[in-house]
Amino acid sequence: MSHAKYNVINTHVHNIDGVAKVTGRATYTFDVKLPGMLYGKILRSPHAHAKIKNIDTSAAMALPGVKIVVTGKDTLGVKQGIWRRYEELCDEQVLPLEKVRYIGEPVAAVAAITEEIAEAALDLIEVDYEVLPAVYEPLEAIKKEAPTIHEGVERNVNVTRHIEWGDVDEAFEEADYIREDWFKCSGQAHMCMETRAAVSSFTPDGKLTCWASTQSAYYTQGLLAGVLGLREGDVRVLAPYVGGGFGGKFELDAAMFTSAVMSMKLFKPVKVCFTREEDFIASKRRTPMFYYVRTGIKKDGTFCARESRMFSNGGAYTGMGATALYLSGFFHSFPYKWRGYRYDGYRVYTNTLPSTSMRGFGAPQAMFCSEQQIDWICADLGLDPFEVRRKNGHTEGYEVPGQAFIQSCGLEQCINEIEKWVKSKGKLPANRGIGISSCGFMSGGIFNWFDSPYSFSSAVVTINVDGTVELHVGCQDIGQGSNTTMAIIAAETLGVKVEDIRVHSGDTAHCPADLGAWGSRQTLMAGNAVKMACEDAKKQLLEFAYAEMGINIVYDLDIKDRWAHIVARPERGLPYVDLVKKALRAKDGQRIMGRGYYTPHRKGMISPAYSYMMQAVDAEIDPETGKIKIHEVMTAHDCGQPINQLGLIGQLEGAASMALGYAYLEDMPMEDGKLMNPNLVDYKVIKAPEMPEAGIIEIDTFEPEGPYGAKEAGEGLTNPTAAALGNAIYNAMGIQMKELPITPERVLKALREKKEQEAQK
Amino acid sequence: MKKLISLSVNGKEYELAAASNKTLTQALRDDLGLLGTKEGCGVGDCGACTVIMDGKPVNSCLILAVQAVGSEITTIEGIAGTGGLHPIQKAFVDLGAIQCGFCTPGMILSAKGLLDSKPEPTEREIREALSGNLCRCTGYQKIVEAVQEAAKTMKKEQRRDYHEGV
Repeated sequence: MSHAKYNVINTHVHNIDGVAKVTGRATYTFDVKLPGMLYGKILRSPHAHAKIKNIDTSAAMALPGVKIVVTGKDTLGVKQGIWRRYEELCDEQVLPLEKVRYIGEPVAAVAAITEEIAEAALDLIEVDYEVLPAVYEPLEAIKKEAPTIHEGVERNVNVTRHIEWGDVDEAFEEADYIREDWFKCSGQAHMCMETRAAVSSFTPDGKLTCWASTQSAYYTQGLLAGVLGLREGDVRVLAPYVGGGFGGKFELDAAMFTSAVMSMKLFKPVKVCFTREEDFIASKRRTPMFYYVRTGIKKDGTFCARESRMFSNGGAYTGMGATALYLSGFFHSFPYKWRGYRYDGYRVYTNTLPSTSMRGFGAPQAMFCSEQQIDWICADLGLDPFEVRRKNGHTEGYEVPGQAFIQSCGLEQCINEIEKWVKSKGKLPANRGIGISSCGFMSGGIFNWFDSPYSFSSAVVTINVDGTVELHVGCQDIGQGSNTTMAIIAAETLGVKVEDIRVHSGDTAHCPADLGAWGSRQTLMAGNAVKMACEDAKKQLLEFAYAEMGINIVYDLDIKDRWAHIVARPERGLPYVDLVKKALRAKDGQRIMGRGYYTPHRKGMISPAYSYMMQAVDAEIDPETGKIKIHEVMTAHDCGQPINQLGLIGQLEGAASMALGYAYLEDMPMEDGKLMNPNLVDYKVIKAPEMPEAGIIEIDTFEPEGPYGAKEAGEGLTNPTAAALGNAIYNAMGIQMKELPITPERVLKALREKKEQEAQK
Repeated sequence: MKKLISLSVNGKEYELAAASNKTLTQALRDDLGLLGTKEGCGVGDCGACTVIMDGKPVNSCLILAVQAVGSEITTIEGIAGTGGLHPIQKAFVDLGAIQCGFCTPGMILSAKGLLDSKPEPTEREIREALSGNLCRCTGYQKIVEAVQEAAKTMKKEQRRDYHEGV
C-alpha cells in the first residue's frame, strides 16, 4: 500500500531531548534537590518469610540527625496493587504490618539530614521476627503441604487464566503428529540505568508533590493518593527525565511510598534512591515461567491444535504479574491460526521478589517455547520451517477467535525477507547456525484494570502568536523517545516543523491523564490523541483562512511546511504565522487550542493493533567450552507506518541487546530466596564489545487504527530473540535448549547428553 | 573530619570542605552542583559517573575527592566549546545515540578520552574503550557510529585549524 508523502513522518528527526541529554542538563529524579531536603533509607527484611513481632525504632530515632523512623504502623496500612479494580489482587502493603514475604521487602524507613546518617540509623532498628517456613519455586508452592504465603489463598495460586477457542480435542484428533515439551524460562532484571528514585514534598496545605522515576505519572498519582488517603488532585507527580523503565517502573515502589509517608509526617521534602543492590533484590523482575506445550500438526504442516499449561513464579505480590499471565498465554498462540487453542496459566505466589511486566510482557517466554518447538516439529517431520510458518501465519482480516481482529499484517513479507536473507548467507562453517523465530505484539492494551475514568490517552495543543506550539501530553518519555514521536505527529498534522513544537509531559498538574508507557501503547494511543488535538486546532485555523482568503467553500485547505494553502492550488495561500495572528485577533485574543483523546472500542479483548516480525540470529558455538558468539541479528519488521525513523532503529537495536541478554547472559539465581548476583559484575548484561550488528528490514503496511497507519515498535522486538538463538544452536549442534538463559554450562550438558544418546544407538 | 580542598574542574578552581571518604562523584554533584555526572552503581561497574581526570576517563565514584586535588577534571558540563556542542555531543544527537540519556554523559567522556589519545580508532578499539560504560537502551550500535562520526569531524577540524594557523 502506498501512502501520502509526509513532510516530517519517517524523516531523520533527532531526539528533541537530545541536547539536554548530551550536555548533562537533563535533570532526572535522581538529580532533584530541594531546600531543606532530607534523605531516606529503607530497612529490608533478611528473611524470605517471617512474622513481624515487634519493631523497636527508639535507638534509631535517638541518633543525631535522624528526623523520623516509620514502620507499617505509621501508615494507613492500605493493601495496594495496580489492578486496583480487583480488590483481591491488591495484596501489597509497601511497609507490611504483619509479615514479610521476600528477602529485601521493606520493613521500616528512616529520614535524616544525610544519607550516611540514615544508613547508620538502619542498623539501630531492632526487628523481632518469627521466621516461617518459606517456598521459592511455583511447582513447590502449589503443593498442598506448602506454606501459606497470603492468608486465604489456597495452594498459593494468585491468579489463573484460561484462554480457549475452537474444539481443541477434536482438532488434536485431526493431527498426524503431536509433540510435547517442557520449558523453563528465567527471570530478568530491568536494570534501568537510573535506579528507582523519588522525592516527595508535602506542604501544610495538604498537597503532595512527588518527583518520581516512573513510566506513568498518572498511575503513580492514583496509587499514591490511594495509599496516603489523599485526593488524586492533591497529589502532583512529576516525572522529569526517566532513566529507563522497561516495564519495571509503573507500579508504586518503596521509594515513592516511603518518601511520601515521611514527608507527610515532617512537612519536609524527603528523597529516597535505591542503591543498585536494592534495585536488584527489591524492585521487580521479568516473570520466570514453566511451560508445558503440546502441539498437534498435520503431515503437510497445517497446525491443528495447541494446548499449554504455564506455571509462573509470581513472587510475593501480584503487581503487573496478572497482565503478564494473560498476555503470555495469548501471544503463545501468535502469530498463527490454530483451529483449537487452550492455555491454562497459573501465577503462583512464592517467597521471592515479585515478578512483573518487562519489555515483551510474557511474550518472550511464550515465544522461546513455541518457536523452538515449531522448528523441532519441522525437523521431526522433514518440513521447511519457513514454509510452515507462512502456511499457518496470521493474515490481514483474520480474527483470533473471541480475542482479536487483525487489520494489518505484514507477517508473510517478513518471512519472505528473512528467508532470502538466510539463504543469501549460504553454507555456514561448522558449529555455526542461523535460527529463526516469528512473532507479533500488541499496540497497547484494551484492558482497564486500573479503573481509570479518563480516556486512555489525551493531548492538548495550544498555538502561540508566533506559530510555536505547546503540546501537552500525558504519555511518558522514558528514553524510548515518545516526546519526539509526539512532536513529529504534531508537526505533520499541523503542517509546521518539529522545532516549532514544545512537548510538555511528565507532570500530572499540567498534562492530561494518560495511562503511560507500557504495552507498547503510546505511539498508537497517545499518537491518535495528539493527531486529533492538532486536527482540532488546525480546523479552527483553517476556518479563518477560508474567511481571510474569500474562497469557494468547496475548496480544500491545508497547512504544510508553515504555509496555509488551497490543496488543489498550493501556490495560493498565506503564511501559517500570519494566519495564527489573524485568528487570534478574530477570536478576541483567545488562543487556538485543540483537544484530542483516544480510548479503544470494538477491537477485541487485547489490543487495537498488532505488529509482526521475523528475526534471524546467526550464532557460533564453541564445542569445547559451550561459549556462544553472536555474529548477527536480522529482523524483518512490520510496525505499520514508521513515524520516528531514528527512534525506531534505536528501539530495534536496544531490544536486540536486551533480548540477547535474556537469551544467553542474564540470570537471577537464588539460594533460599536470596539473589546471588545483585551487582553489575555478576549480573551479566551485554556490553559494547560483544554486541553484534542488528539490522532491520522494514515491511511497509498501513494500520487503519493507528495515527498515519502506525502501530507498535520496540517492545515486541524483545520477543523472538531467545527462540531464534535456541534454533540457531539447534541448527548448528543438533541440541535442544529448553531452559533459559542458554549458558555455556547448559550447552555443554546438552552436547554431552547428545553424545551419550548417540553412543547408546 | 572535613578538610578544605581545592579542585580544578572544567578549567575552574573550586574550594570545598570534604570529608576524607567523600567521593569525587559526590563532590561534583553535591558541592559543585554539576549534576551531569550520574551514578548508576557507586562501585565502578557501570561507568555512568565517568569523568576525565588528567586526560584519562575514570569512574569518579571510585576516586576520593581528596585524591583529585591537583588533577585537572573535565565533566560533561565542560566539554562544549564556545561554538556550541563538542563534535562527540553533536554526533550523539545527530545519529540517535541517546535514549534515556542516563549513561550518555559517561559514555561521551569515555569516547572523548579515547579520541583525545587515539584520533583514528578502529571499531574494535571504540567498543573496547566503551566496555566499562553500560547502556541498557541503545544496544551500543548508534553510540559506536557516533564516535566514528565524531572522530571524522574532529580530524577535519584539526586539519582546518592547522591550515588556518589556529
